[in-house]
Amino acid sequence: MNEQKETIITVKNLVKKFGNFKANDNLSFEVFKGEIFGFLGANGAGKTTAIKILCGLWAPTSGEINVAGFDIYTQTEQVKKNIGYMSQKFSLYEDITVFENIRLFGGIYGLSRREIAQRATDLMRRLDLEHSRDKLISSLPLGWRQKLAFSVAILHKPKLVFLDEPTGGVDPVTRRKFWDQIYEAADRGITVFVTTHYMDEAEYCDRVSIMVDGRIADLDTPSALKGKYRVKNMNEVFLKIARIKPDEYNKLEPIYKVRKFK
Amino acid sequence: MLPIIFIVPIVQLLILVHAATLEMKNIDMYIVDKDLSSTSRGIVQKFESSPFYHINHHSFSMQDAENELKKGNIDIILHIPYGFESELIKGNDSGLQLLIDAINGTAAGLIQSYTQAVLADYNRNIMLKWTSPVIKEKPLSIEITHSFWYNPELNYQTYMVPGILVLLVTLIGMILTSLNLVREKELGTAEQINVTPIRKYHFITGKLFPFWIIALFELAFGLLIGKLIFDIPIVGNLGLLFLFAAVYLFAILGAGLFFSTLASTQQQVMFINFFFMLLFILMSGLFTPVETMPDWARVINIANPMAYFMRVNRMILLKGSGFYDILPEFVSVSIYALIILSLAVWRYRKTV
Amino acid sequence: MKRFWGFVLKEFLHIFRDPRTMLILFGMPIVQILLFGYVITNEIKDIKIAILDQSKDPVTIELTNKIISSGFFILDRNIKNINEVEDVFKEGNVRQVIIFESGFGRKLKREGTANIQLIADASDANTANLVVHYTMAIINDFVREQNKLTGSPIQFIPEVRMLYNNELKGVYMFIPGIMAMILILVSAMMTSISIVREKELGTMETLLVSPLRPTQIILGKVTPYVALSFINAVTIIVMGNLVFGMPVQGSIILLLAESILYILLGLSLGILISTITKSQQNAMFISLFTLMIPTILLSGFIFPIENMPKILQWLSFFIPPRWFISIIKNIMLKGTGLMYVWKETLILIVMTSIFFGLSIRKFKIRLE
Repeated sequence: MNEQKETIITVKNLVKKFGNFKANDNLSFEVFKGEIFGFLGANGAGKTTAIKILCGLWAPTSGEINVAGFDIYTQTEQVKKNIGYMSQKFSLYEDITVFENIRLFGGIYGLSRREIAQRATDLMRRLDLEHSRDKLISSLPLGWRQKLAFSVAILHKPKLVFLDEPTGGVDPVTRRKFWDQIYEAADRGITVFVTTHYMDEAEYCDRVSIMVDGRIADLDTPSALKGKYRVKNMNEVFLKIARIKPDEYNKLEPIYKVRKFK
Repeated sequence: MLPIIFIVPIVQLLILVHAATLEMKNIDMYIVDKDLSSTSRGIVQKFESSPFYHINHHSFSMQDAENELKKGNIDIILHIPYGFESELIKGNDSGLQLLIDAINGTAAGLIQSYTQAVLADYNRNIMLKWTSPVIKEKPLSIEITHSFWYNPELNYQTYMVPGILVLLVTLIGMILTSLNLVREKELGTAEQINVTPIRKYHFITGKLFPFWIIALFELAFGLLIGKLIFDIPIVGNLGLLFLFAAVYLFAILGAGLFFSTLASTQQQVMFINFFFMLLFILMSGLFTPVETMPDWARVINIANPMAYFMRVNRMILLKGSGFYDILPEFVSVSIYALIILSLAVWRYRKTV
Repeated sequence: MKRFWGFVLKEFLHIFRDPRTMLILFGMPIVQILLFGYVITNEIKDIKIAILDQSKDPVTIELTNKIISSGFFILDRNIKNINEVEDVFKEGNVRQVIIFESGFGRKLKREGTANIQLIADASDANTANLVVHYTMAIINDFVREQNKLTGSPIQFIPEVRMLYNNELKGVYMFIPGIMAMILILVSAMMTSISIVREKELGTMETLLVSPLRPTQIILGKVTPYVALSFINAVTIIVMGNLVFGMPVQGSIILLLAESILYILLGLSLGILISTITKSQQNAMFISLFTLMIPTILLSGFIFPIENMPKILQWLSFFIPPRWFISIIKNIMLKGTGLMYVWKETLILIVMTSIFFGLSIRKFKIRLE
């Protein structure tokens, strides 16, 4: 159904080995422009490795990878200019202020002073942070930091933003609000590549890929997947897929094990 | 943690003790003897036979000698000018010169006094030999005998080992305590404890007690190494030493606790520790005697717990001082511990 | 370039916002200079002595006065009995007892010789040694004066010239030492900590994903510390000069250039440390144990290298501050030019290149 869409990430036969261990075992997939692409899997399934390779943090062992129209091996600098990235740790500097953080990252991505001032004002109005302009990040609650970190990650209006477990450690309400922010970004035409191990979040994605043991076990829209495995939600999809490889059962997180026997 | 407790003291004792010596063993001397008389040869011979001097160069060129001094290859030039002996006999100023590289003032002072002593000795010989019978009165001389008590061979290690032990015990006590407490804050476990029914001072006592034991153990361990490797004398009463150390450690743990209230990350608390440790160490008299310090430094030292233990540890270990000898320090440290512990606990209860 | 400066600005903000960092950066050098300038002196001053005068005649009184008025010693008490010596030492204040034999003056007059006994508390061997030598010098001086009065016998008096440091000031030793220590502390320890902190916080990843190049990130991290180290170096030189009269005989430009070389060396070490450690704690301990302590002990800053055991002397070859201290002493005190210090300079350059080479290799490996 997406055939006519333009691709923004193309991965062919990506392999990443750490010694003898294959963290990514021959991954191939495409991400289309403007979609929210979910990258799912249990902890240790290889999600973070893949995202680090796509962002240019780690070099792959082999495979062809093209991100935002640029080759990951030869055009790393071009890739970096066109993507945004937010890690599990929200990575803002805690001992400097809200505005100083915005100015720093705006500057790093080459925005002019005027652009920075303008976007900072917009951003703080949208997030209702106007009064906190000169507050240290360390004084903000976690949820706010997370929102701000996301806004900062897309401050330079990248074509594509990578979110590595962005909702780790926050409560369901905050998570829901955070997804509203992701939708907003997608509406503005930014492609979102998000990893998560919360299965309910998979429902919010346009398409999801499910990783098990370094491989992509399946990849489609949530509704197609639910249809294929004849279940009601993504969580059960995941369990079905996991059941296909019973030897991998023991590597799953306890939470999945418990649900399996219900 | 374990390597810190066992390896650090050994390494510190081994390296510090060997490195920290001010003894003059090798004085590199350049001799310019232009006189080549029997007197000047006699002087040169005196230096050649002394174990302290190492005669690197002989020449007739002062310029070359000064060059070597400039390059830092030698410490002292002995210059005996032409006509030295004949002038000496005439009773004139003989013009013997000593040129000393004085950048290290202390070493230069020592080199000078060693050299002067050698020359004075030789002078006495000359006087006995040549003093003309015309002068009836014999020149005066004072025989000086000296003895070094407690450490007759002036073994520097004997002095350094007790000092470094103090350093060690303080380091372990203060840094480990404050780091550990701040870590609890960073990890949020301190908050966790707050919601449990455990009393604050129980918690604090529970946290401090292991470090108190570790530090005392460290002292015993260090003494053992000092005895086995460096053969330091342990003249005094070990019971008294440990009694003092026990009280002293209350003060140190108190300081550690206090520092932990001033910081919220481990890095910050290390910086604070670092700053104060340096201040405490340098002022404690580890390297140089406290009484040569200016008055204001002695006033600051009232607040320096290390200064008390530095003194007492050496007094007990090396001289066998008794309880009454160390009473003033004992009282001071007790008061110190009481004040700093109460202050620290009060602040800790407020902040966490 | 603009990206880069924004990043540098941020680094300055980190530094200036934390009072504890400022304490180390600026409090330390000043406190150290003051401590070493006024407190840590090997000069003998106000040492307490006791006197056991069994003679109490004009000669012993005159000699006693001479000893007391020298400024080196303070008379703590007169004791009456040799047995008191032990008690006096155990109390811990008195460091030397001077004993005049009975009938001292009479003997000196009649027989031309008399006996003084010095007993020093050598539990502090250094001080004891100095104290005894100083006392002997005073007594010998007294003898010489007496002899002059009674007609000069044949003897020579050496003329002593203290080169480069007339007044035997301790500052001449410690200013170079402090400079070596502070610069390595700021440039190596602070940089390694600040780089590792980014790793710990996860911000390093964000930076690596950004268009900033890895070299720009590292340069951005170290630039503020170069600036601060340089300011520190200048402060120490100026303070040394104004407060303690430490001269700069040689070329100031050469001095500053060598300082910059040494700062770069520190930075390369700091970067290397940051590539091999994962936590700030580790970075700090490695810096402390591999840089600070050896700098204090093995660089010849406090203790002369020649007097150390051979192994430690060998070890000191690998300690960068050893060479730096030698360089700045030469330039500041002896006024020598590059001709005299090219060897040391070359060693520092080689060390710097090795450390930079190693850290670049390490850094690349990490990224793959």
